[in-house]
Amino acid sequence: MSGPRGEGELRVVMLPGEEESTTRRHFLKVVGGGLVVVLVAPRALAWPDAATEQAGAGGPGGDPRPAAGTPREIAAWLQIGPDGVATVYTGKVEFGQGIRTSLAQELAEELRVPLEAVCMVMGDTDLTPYDMGTFGSRSTPQMGTRLRKVGAAARRLLVRMAAERWSAEPGSLTAAAGRITDRASGRSVTYGELAGGEELTEIVEDDVELTPPARWSVAGRSVPRAGGADLVTGAHHYTSDVTRPGMLYGKVLRPASIGATLSGLDANAAEAMDGVVVARDGAFVGVAATDTRVAEHALASIRATWKSAAGPRPSSKTIYDFLRRTRAPSRGEREGRGNRDAFSRGDPGSALEKAAHRVERTFTVAYIAHTPLEPRAAVAEWSKGVDGPRLTVWTGTQRPFAVREELARAFEMPVPHVRVLVPDTGSGYGGKHTGECAVEAARLAKTAGRPVKLVWTREEEFRWAYFRPAGVIDVRAGADAEGTITAWTFDNYNSGPAAIRPMYDIAHQRVEFHPSESPLRQGSYRGLAATANHFAREMAVDELAREVGKDPLAFRLQNLSDPRLKAVFRAAAERFGWEREVPRDHGVGIAGGFEKGGYVATCAEVAADRDREGGRVRLVRAVNAFDCGAIVNPDLLRNQVEGGLIQGIGGALFEAIDFRDGVITNAHLADYRVPRFSDIPEIEIVLIDRKDQPSYGAGETPLMGIAPAVGAAIFEATGVRPSSLPMARGGLSGSS
Amino acid sequence: MRIALQVNGQRHAVDVDPSRSLLEVLREELGLTGTHYGCGESQCGACTVHLGGRPVHACVTPVSDAAGRPVTTIEGLATGGRLHPVQRAFLDEEAFQCAYCTPGMIMAAAALLAENPRPTDAEIVRGMEGNVCRCGTHPRIVAAIRRAAGLSSDGGAAAKARASVTESRP
Repeated sequence: MSGPRGEGELRVVMLPGEEESTTRRHFLKVVGGGLVVVLVAPRALAWPDAATEQAGAGGPGGDPRPAAGTPREIAAWLQIGPDGVATVYTGKVEFGQGIRTSLAQELAEELRVPLEAVCMVMGDTDLTPYDMGTFGSRSTPQMGTRLRKVGAAARRLLVRMAAERWSAEPGSLTAAAGRITDRASGRSVTYGELAGGEELTEIVEDDVELTPPARWSVAGRSVPRAGGADLVTGAHHYTSDVTRPGMLYGKVLRPASIGATLSGLDANAAEAMDGVVVARDGAFVGVAATDTRVAEHALASIRATWKSAAGPRPSSKTIYDFLRRTRAPSRGEREGRGNRDAFSRGDPGSALEKAAHRVERTFTVAYIAHTPLEPRAAVAEWSKGVDGPRLTVWTGTQRPFAVREELARAFEMPVPHVRVLVPDTGSGYGGKHTGECAVEAARLAKTAGRPVKLVWTREEEFRWAYFRPAGVIDVRAGADAEGTITAWTFDNYNSGPAAIRPMYDIAHQRVEFHPSESPLRQGSYRGLAATANHFAREMAVDELAREVGKDPLAFRLQNLSDPRLKAVFRAAAERFGWEREVPRDHGVGIAGGFEKGGYVATCAEVAADRDREGGRVRLVRAVNAFDCGAIVNPDLLRNQVEGGLIQGIGGALFEAIDFRDGVITNAHLADYRVPRFSDIPEIEIVLIDRKDQPSYGAGETPLMGIAPAVGAAIFEATGVRPSSLPMARGGLSGSS
Repeated sequence: MRIALQVNGQRHAVDVDPSRSLLEVLREELGLTGTHYGCGESQCGACTVHLGGRPVHACVTPVSDAAGRPVTTIEGLATGGRLHPVQRAFLDEEAFQCAYCTPGMIMAAAALLAENPRPTDAEIVRGMEGNVCRCGTHPRIVAAIRRAAGLSSDGGAAAKARASVTESRP
């Protein structure tokens, strides 16, 4: 990661709205003087849809809004060096989704520079502008748009500078390949030459005209991933690979069960060990040592007694009754504003009574673990500042600025005295929003007086991270004799409100999310509850179609009006060969939906073996059709759409967290089954490139069709209608 | 205890507890951090290295087992500044997302091809079953192994996961 460049460079800052002078002061402090262009944008553009952001941030971590005093009005900034390299600073982080590449493409497109001339500085709280976090499929629609605008504004400014230099009309100049050319005279100047030695601050309005996707030449193409060579040679340093001079390795004492409190501690043996530091701070007990083995020995030598949390607690067997029973008022209801996650229209009660065909089902979804292959990791280092201690932490988090605030709170220090850096990370899927590991590493480093690395074990990930929420969903649906869905009620307990409203045209409906008491720590997960809500909705619609006597695809098309949604259903069905015959004991299913700007439809074919005890199913083939607007990078998108479907197979068929008495009982990869090579069907991806539509993200929505498509296929193959996720964990379950 | 190691063609003498894992010694004593920890229980393959030319999970291999036997890690797979064909194929197929599993995948695949230079898709799947990719790039990994083996990507079931891009306007 390169730092800010020296003096005399062009800088473009996109500044949405207020507090411009504060922003400029902060900006100048960080990157120094030079040519600064401030692009003023409406606040709405800078922080679109607060509700979406809130939902995306999810559970742990609390309020995602920045603390007072954090400059939050800058959206991104850009420097052009004398060498013509454009350095982009963004608080977004790379977790494998490929935004280091795709965001650079969007910037390069508008700035009119080759992709090689772009350098991305990401997720460093000292260098990059405030960012709420990398979640909610926001990077492409939000940050991509900002970078395009910054690039276009900088290009316009460079053209004007060249025009002034030559006393030419800006309209007669063209910008291409990092160079301004005067068509009439043929003379030209590079961006680097123009930017070098300038000292200027300028504010422009957010009325920047952007290049339409149909005319893209750098964006819209598949290009190799940035830094790919380092990924295949082991040269890339993930957080867990970072080393610092004098660094120790940490281990943390964990409770015997969730919610247990420490009642006795004897750490004398550990304290007597050579090269071992024992840290205590309230409930926190940890050790740091010269290597991991010594740290493990020291931790094992600590004698601790624990007092279990009081009262009977639900297990993974009784969780669903518990969630229904512990339904709690929503935040809106508690604040007297009503349930914000409730919606109703018409009279679903009487419409259900009048319906010619009815379906009534209860669905459940289990807690599942993100299981990022790189566990939580942090390297913390303290240093002295003139006005107090400084803390630097490298950690793989999706929310570097929130983790910085978490650290500042934990150690009661000013936010600017903490720096969080996020190396490109070994995935997260919504599971790395929080800073617990960073705080633990910093506590150990503070006591040790030396840098400390803490890497959670896989078992710690399973036991002490947070989960995708378990949930119960009740669906009642009715259709008339002609196959029009007329009535719909949908109650989701605990799983979440994302994508809870049906995309079908239903005159009479009521949908509601009911929060419950979760016995396990739960939080954000790729797609949030959209996966659960799509599963319940699409399984109910599939059953209703069969009740009506219609083909499940035709039934959906009859009840949908959104042309893009209909188009993905048709595209998936066509590629799949929806009408074709399949072998006996095989079944096919289709499902789809809309969420976060993306449209997905999935077809699946399963083979069933009912002779074996409990029944076995094997996923044979799947097709995922996806439309998220104008495609920024087709190969990256395909990788996301394929990877999302594959990750969805795990939750659909076999992933589930088991627990009893506050203990996770399958906290090992040997017991928690994730998709492996033999689980992968033949997969085909259909991407629909809508160059006339804005670009949206693809990290989440592609997961949502696979579970209900497989569920419908299982029903067709076996006559067993699955109603629980996972559907085929050690045998089929459901109702015939 | 002093143990003589030969890693990527270089000799090292390390003074460590012989029961310590090869993974920990590679990472913490030799600074070879390309071999990754994923589970510590031989379940995910992120720590795959070659020991005496055979793939092992370094997280459950005591460092004493490596005494006097050649160890190759991801850092030592390229020779003379040229990527190993499996590394090249992973790049060409972009067979990764977060790529945390990639070094272990490449080491497992290189060992598979050394043993069986022209594997069928079923043999690739069987050979790679012990390696977890959590991002879901399995079809690309299979395609990369086929490519490294000089096999075409046509015909293989998993490798068929290619996409079509349809440009569509209303």
